[in-house]
Amino acid sequence: MIASIRQHPVLIAVIGAILLVALLGSVTIVPETSQGVVIRFGKPVRIVNRFENGERFGEVGAGLNAKIPFAESIVWIDKRVRDLDMDRQQVLSIDQRRLEVDAFARYRVVDPLRMFIAARSEERVEEALKPILGSQLRNELGKRPFASMLSPEREGAMENIRTGMNRIARQYGVVVVDVRIKKADLPDGTPLDSAFARMRSARQQEAQSIRAEGNKTAQIIRASADAEAAKIYAASFGKDPAFYDFYRAMQSYQRTFIDNGTSKSSSTNIIMSPNSEYLKEFAGR
Amino acid sequence: MSILSGLGTLGSRLFNDSKGPWGPKSDAGNGSGGGDEPTGPIPGPWGNERPTPRGGDSNFGAAGLDAFIERNRRRFGGGFDGGGGGSGIGRPSGMKLLWIALAVLAIGMLLTTMHRIGPEERGVVTLFGRYNATLEPGITFTLPAPIARVQKVNTAQIRDIELGSAAEETLMLTGDQNIIDIAYQVRWSIKDPEQYLFELRTPEDTIRQVAESSMRQVVAQVSLQDAIGNRRGEIEARVQEEMQSTLDRYQSGVSIRGIAIKQADPPGAVNDAFKDVTAAQQDAESARNKANAYALQLRQLAQGEATAFDKVYIQYELSPEVTKRRLYYETMERVLNGVDKTIIETPNGVTPYLPLPQVQRSTTTERTPAQ
Repeated sequence: MIASIRQHPVLIAVIGAILLVALLGSVTIVPETSQGVVIRFGKPVRIVNRFENGERFGEVGAGLNAKIPFAESIVWIDKRVRDLDMDRQQVLSIDQRRLEVDAFARYRVVDPLRMFIAARSEERVEEALKPILGSQLRNELGKRPFASMLSPEREGAMENIRTGMNRIARQYGVVVVDVRIKKADLPDGTPLDSAFARMRSARQQEAQSIRAEGNKTAQIIRASADAEAAKIYAASFGKDPAFYDFYRAMQSYQRTFIDNGTSKSSSTNIIMSPNSEYLKEFAGR
Repeated sequence: MSILSGLGTLGSRLFNDSKGPWGPKSDAGNGSGGGDEPTGPIPGPWGNERPTPRGGDSNFGAAGLDAFIERNRRRFGGGFDGGGGGSGIGRPSGMKLLWIALAVLAIGMLLTTMHRIGPEERGVVTLFGRYNATLEPGITFTLPAPIARVQKVNTAQIRDIELGSAAEETLMLTGDQNIIDIAYQVRWSIKDPEQYLFELRTPEDTIRQVAESSMRQVVAQVSLQDAIGNRRGEIEARVQEEMQSTLDRYQSGVSIRGIAIKQADPPGAVNDAFKDVTAAQQDAESARNKANAYALQLRQLAQGEATAFDKVYIQYELSPEVTKRRLYYETMERVLNGVDKTIIETPNGVTPYLPLPQVQRSTTTERTPAQ
């Protein structure tokens, strides 16, 4: 043995190096976030760290994993929930109104082997699922009038879209966890402008009605004050109308001839007849 | 013995030092002292080993390899020595550097076994990629770096995401098909570091998208007035609830701490109309206020006059005739006191001449013929 080593040092060194590489190649570190498809000479043979529903971290799958060096290689596939973002879509409601919808789906690869065979990579799964998300969304929302398109969650539309997507996603070994609408806007241009115009006219109407309401209230307040004053006057003056007449006449004279502010009373001329009540004693009768 | 030199050189490459494990062995083989006093005739390191294999070995392959290694070493060694300062004395310092490097590496590895986790942090340990444990605050030891890996996650920090801004409009449709411009902030923290690290590919993006979608969903179920008015608090609470349940469904390990709607206004295009509504409210309010003031004034006046009349009337009732005459004369006195008076005796048949221009000279002329 030793003799053979002595005779072929280079050979031994090469063999040693190969052994080292093989040793390193026979173990793989599998992270928690990935699942791997082990491929032996181009043929998938087994799966490491496959996603199981309800599994706990650290219990299965991840960690050091043995494989046959050189013969086997591992294709890594994401184990986490991934994002599938849809491009904006115009959706036509059943009453022929347009809405621009921006949605996203969350999915997870649950069958890496099937996914690897069908699509090879996550990106290609996404490429395949994107149009399906779009068409499902259009179909599902297109069945509804515009008003209910705004909050499709209420009627389980998102659940329908998810189910529809899953039917196809299953072929890629993928499960769609959730579909949600991120944005639902009116398209720019006429629909948006007319919505603005409607909002504006609604506000104008509101403003007018508020003003009218205010004026109405003000009038009522004034009128009831008038009525109340009249009531107070009547209650008081009604005790003796004759005296009120006299009393009020006195007040009136005084106000008219004296108390009229700026104009001097000297500017007033009074032409009296001696027969007047005031001058009745003047005549000395 | 000399056949071992192939391996011997390999050994001496790493441990060419008298204390190296293979050092003495190659020493014995060479006789000239492979690693003892490194002042060989050839400037490159390990140069003095070269003659040895040739001396007692006919294996040309080995010799060829040796030569090859030698060339490479010389190249490498030359550079090394150049760094060391001189060709002759470069070799021992190079060896020392190697040892120092190894020591530093070892200490570095030792250091990676110790982890200081701050009070606001948790450390997620993975052993060859597999989740192993979560470290609580304090100092903990794990296996060294390539085997165990610790990812520190700050679980106390409240992070925020801003959606929409005052600068540009983020339009959203309300349940009554109106449009509002909205800006809000999502505050979140990590409640489960393992889930946060392992379950979502893009946690922050996910939170952002879920926030957008939840807000849109909730706003689409309330009216414009509610959205821009006083039901914001309710909207915030509902969005938070919706986000949390969605993120929990993803097992994201994220806790939503709160939503703050910073702005929910009508869009700029219709803002004037909305302002006009506010103005109309002010107008209506001021009309009401004026009417109220008028009413108050009128009521007071009526009460005052009525009370004054009542007071006089009480006295009048006691002696009506006298009081009446007294009031009459007093009033007449006051009235006639300051005015120009003309008394005309008009027996029947005489027509009095009135100088009308003179009478009407003042703008506020008043003529009241006494009865």
